[in-house]
Order: sequence, then structure tokens, then C-alpha cells
Amino acid sequence: MSVAVTVESIQKSFANFAALRGVSLDVQPGELVALLGPSGSGKTTLLRLVAGLEQADGGRVLFDETDTRQLSLRDRRIGFVFQHYALFKHMNVAANIAFGLKARPRLERPGNAEIDKRVSDLMELVQLKGLERRFPVQLSGGQRQRVALARALAIEPRVLLLDEPFGALDAKVRKDLRGWLRDLHRRTGHTTLFVTHDQEEALELADRVAILNEGRLEQVGSPDDVYDHPATPFVCEFLGEANKLPVKVVGSQAFFGDRPVLGGLQQNQGGPASLYVRPQHLRIVDDAPLSLPGVVEDIRRNGALRRAEVAVQGLAKRLDVDLASQVAPALGERIRLRITHGSLFAAA
Amino acid sequence: MTLALPAASRSSSWRQPSILPGFGLSLGITISALSLIVLIPLAALFLKAASAGPADIWAIVTSSRTQAALRLSFGAAAFSAIVNAIFGLIIAWVLVRYRFPGRRLLDAAVDLPFALPTAVAGISLAAIYAPNGWIGSLLAPLSFKFTIPLIDLSIGFDGKVAYTPLGVMVALIFIGLPFVVRTVQPVLEEAEVETEEAAALLGASRLRTIFRVILPGIVPALLTGFVLAFARAVGEYGSVIFIAGNVPMVSEIAPLLIVIKLEGFDYAGASVVAMIMLIVSFTLILAINAIQAWSRGRLGHG
Repeated sequence: MSVAVTVESIQKSFANFAALRGVSLDVQPGELVALLGPSGSGKTTLLRLVAGLEQADGGRVLFDETDTRQLSLRDRRIGFVFQHYALFKHMNVAANIAFGLKARPRLERPGNAEIDKRVSDLMELVQLKGLERRFPVQLSGGQRQRVALARALAIEPRVLLLDEPFGALDAKVRKDLRGWLRDLHRRTGHTTLFVTHDQEEALELADRVAILNEGRLEQVGSPDDVYDHPATPFVCEFLGEANKLPVKVVGSQAFFGDRPVLGGLQQNQGGPASLYVRPQHLRIVDDAPLSLPGVVEDIRRNGALRRAEVAVQGLAKRLDVDLASQVAPALGERIRLRITHGSLFAAA
Repeated sequence: MTLALPAASRSSSWRQPSILPGFGLSLGITISALSLIVLIPLAALFLKAASAGPADIWAIVTSSRTQAALRLSFGAAAFSAIVNAIFGLIIAWVLVRYRFPGRRLLDAAVDLPFALPTAVAGISLAAIYAPNGWIGSLLAPLSFKFTIPLIDLSIGFDGKVAYTPLGVMVALIFIGLPFVVRTVQPVLEEAEVETEEAAALLGASRLRTIFRVILPGIVPALLTGFVLAFARAVGEYGSVIFIAGNVPMVSEIAPLLIVIKLEGFDYAGASVVAMIMLIVSFTLILAINAIQAWSRGRLGHG
């Protein structure tokens, strides 16, 4: 049912703007992959290219072994959920969901009883039973989202493509739908690509995350992979928060100024580099070796965590430090920080 | 300091409390203006018509010349409004969907029938469609015959457009076109291209997408444009009389019949014809508005 999607060095330009500059991506059958990136990174263009709504300037998209250029939009059998749902306003919910089935050529078209049954099953799947006769304007955003999904699933798609599926919803509904979509994917097993600019959403939902920036793929990997081992400074800064320290690598140690801050490095090349450290990877310590002295200038609440802003001499920007369950330092206190984990990138 | 509470007795049941002031004032102005400009003159028209007496009214209503004029006026107006609905929709579609050199010029040209004095339009059309005119001379060798169903308006095309009922329709199509384009255009502009893409990805053919997805969304606007074009066409006088030839029983429109009666000092007769036009127009427009309200309600605008 589900197919593998292979994107081969796709290029696409609009007027003078290069939206995609050679992107390649393999998606396994049944896999849930997030396309993550800031606005303008080309993620929606990539999704529309896979759908066939845009033509690539170069490269190709394969469904299993078939070049999609040989397939009409209908034959691609793609379930596409638009950011703003694109529901048919003059049709009720049931008619919206049945549209894809009724649009089939006469020979392939299921009978009316069969269509009704399928619609009813889908209504159940997306938990909208009883709303068949409602029109889209009479539904909440979350409900419309689920109608759009049911409509896309009705044609038994080989690939499911979601464009910012939760972009237009408020925070609470997004969270609910996220878990629900994860569940749904586990049950139905469609090959799914979804576009998002919300890194939390991508990390939580996807089997693998593909991070795009300025039309190029920065990194593809499991959520753990891309979060813990970012391949580029961009990925590091885009996924979660990171403090950036200019350092110099000598031997197996990184020096901030003349003070060693991180040891045990395996990089062979020395010289200037940028060290990215996440707030949770800075720990307040007592002992002196490999630590960074600083002054606590502010303490804020950040959801479940408390966060200290620590001024370090020689660094313009204060360091963000997560305080987890440690005893909080006082404002103005001089502390020492140990870097427990960091990502090092040679300075460009 | 005391707060003056509105006395309960002052607000009657049909008056909704509102944070916007001036309901009484604005309704007063509305009714006064409407009365002075529309309602009182129309009432006077009815009074004048009534002064003719029932027998005379009946004679005028049933006279074959009146009936022929009314049939032509309403038939040609309906036909031209239908033509305008179709071509206006296509023009609006082209203006909204495609980018081509001269688009803005074309867009502006659509409004010309609004701005041009109708007599100028009539004279130009008559000159061009006359048997020796640019288009008329090309059409002269062609001839065919067809009957518009339902309204039983038969048009024998003998190669002539000007000075025939066909000429009337040409003039009415000309003056009614902007109404449809200008009502449909903004709705098409608002329509999401994404719904069409969604339909295509769901496997719908282009035709199915047009008839099941795009058209239902613009039906209310199209109906509005149709009503406006129709109403304008029913009342049109200036452009028609030049191209129609005004042959009684054949190409004489009802507004012209009214003028002819007035020129013959038959004021009562003129007002009777006017009254019939008024009643028929009002009934038709009311009916179309009802259809429109229904279709808007289905779209959830109501």
C-alpha cells in the first residue's frame, strides 16, 4: 500500500529565487518524516514537488521505482492536507470526505453504499461521528483539520503529505492533535511527510527529521540524532537552544580565552572553532579544572525549569543555564560552570 | 453622579440593544430618503395608473402591442443577462487568474459601458452592426433561425442585427457586462487556489473541479451579477432605441412604448405599462434574491 519516496537531487527556482538547491531524501514505506526549517527554507516547496503541484527544474521524485513524472495527479494517489485545510465550503463534512471516492472514473468507483460505509468509518477514525451534516464553517479549527485528514485518507493514499498540519491551531489543540496523529500513523502506517517550522512538533512526532535551510538539506536523522549530534551549526541553533562560545582547539582541549573549558576532544585539527552548548549541558560545579567562572545576573522561570543567565567575562551574550533540581544560586553570586556536552564546529 | 438607565418602556421588542448609537437617526434618514426618491414617486405612478379605470387598464395590458413590447423587454433582458453571466464569468476568470500584458487595460475597459452615455453606445453599436457597418456587413451573408425556449422568443436571423430584436440584445449585453464581471471578480480573487489543488489531488478531473468545486462557490455572486445585469437591461432605454429600429410588435421595447404614450399625452396609458414593468421586475428580482439567500446560506455566509 504505502510506497517508499525517493527524492533525487531536486532543484527548483521561482523567478530569481532558488527555493531548492539539490535536495535528496529517502523515505521508507510507512515512515513518518518531518521536514523542518525556518520560513523560506523550501520545505513547503519540497512537499508540493512530491505531491506534483510543482514541477522540478532538475532531479526527480520516485514512488518505489516509478518516476512520478509518468503519473497523473490522480495516479499518484497522494493524500494532501493543506495548511488552511482547503475544505470544500459548499459541501458538508460527509460530502467533503466522499469527494475523492466519487471523483473516481466510473469503473473504479465504489458503489454508493460502499462510499457511505467508508465515509462512516473515516468519521469514526477521526472522531467526528455525528458531524456528517455540518458545513466546514460550522466546525472548529481542530475539527476542520481532522476532516481534511479524513478526506485525504479516503482515497487510500500511497503517501500522506501534511503542510504545517497544526500551524493554524492554538497551543492546546496542537498538543492534543499531535498525540492523536502519532497514534493514527501507528495504526494506518502511511508513508507520511509533514512540513513544520515547530522543532518541538517535529522531534516529538517524526521517526526521522529532515532539516532544511535555504534550499539545502542540513541533516537527516532520528530526533535523538539531530538533537544530540547536530551536523551543522545551523541545526544546533535551530533545534532547541544553544549557547555559542568562541573557542580555540589545542590538542584534545578547547580553550575559551586561555582557560580550558572542554577536554577529551578527538578532532585532529586545531585552531579557532565555535562551541555550542545547550542550557541543560551546563552544570554548576565547585572544583576548578575545566570550568568557566561567571556571575549570575538573572533567574527566570521557563516552564518546568528555572533558568539562570550567567555573565562570563569576555563573552558579550550571557550564558543560559538550566537549573533543573539544583539548589538555585543567588543573584550576583559568582559560580563555576562545567560543560558536560557540547558540539564543536571549526570556525568558517 | 447618577447613571441614566434607559427606560424599559422606550425599547420595544424589535429594537436590539446595541453599542452602536444612532439606530433611530439612521433608520429615519434611510426611510425619508427612500420615500422621497423611490417610494413616493412609485406610489404616484400607481395612483396615476389607477386613474385609468379597470377597463382601460385591462385593455392596455392585453393589447398585443403592449404584450409584444413587454415580452421583448423581459425576454431580451433575460437572454442578455444569461449571456453576460457566462461571458462575464469567463472575463472575470481571465482577469483574476492569468497575468498577461495589457491585463490592467482590459480590466479598465470592462467598466466602459458604465461610463459611456448610453446614447453614444447605442449609436456606435447601430453604426457597426448596421447592414453596411463593419460587423453588420460581415454578418449579412450569414443567416440562421432559432427560438429561445420557455420565453418563446423566436429570432429569425436574416443576416441583420441592427434594427431587429437581436440588435436589442446586443445593446443589452453591452450595457450589462460590467455588472457580472465586477460582482464575480472579487469572489474569484478570494477563492483559494488550494481547493482546486485539493480536488485535483483527490483525483477529480478538470471539469469536475470546475462544476463541483469552483462554480458552487461563486454562484451567489454570479446570481447577484445576473440580477443587476437583468435589472439594468429591463430598464435600459438610451442605447436600445438607436439599434432596435423600434418596429412596433417586433423591435419595440416597453420603455420606448411608455415614451411614445407620453408623447401622445396618454399619461394613464404610460403609467399602466410602467406599473406592469414594475410589478414583473420586482417579482423576478425578489425571486432571484430568495434563491441567492438560499445558496448563500448553504455556504455559511448567511
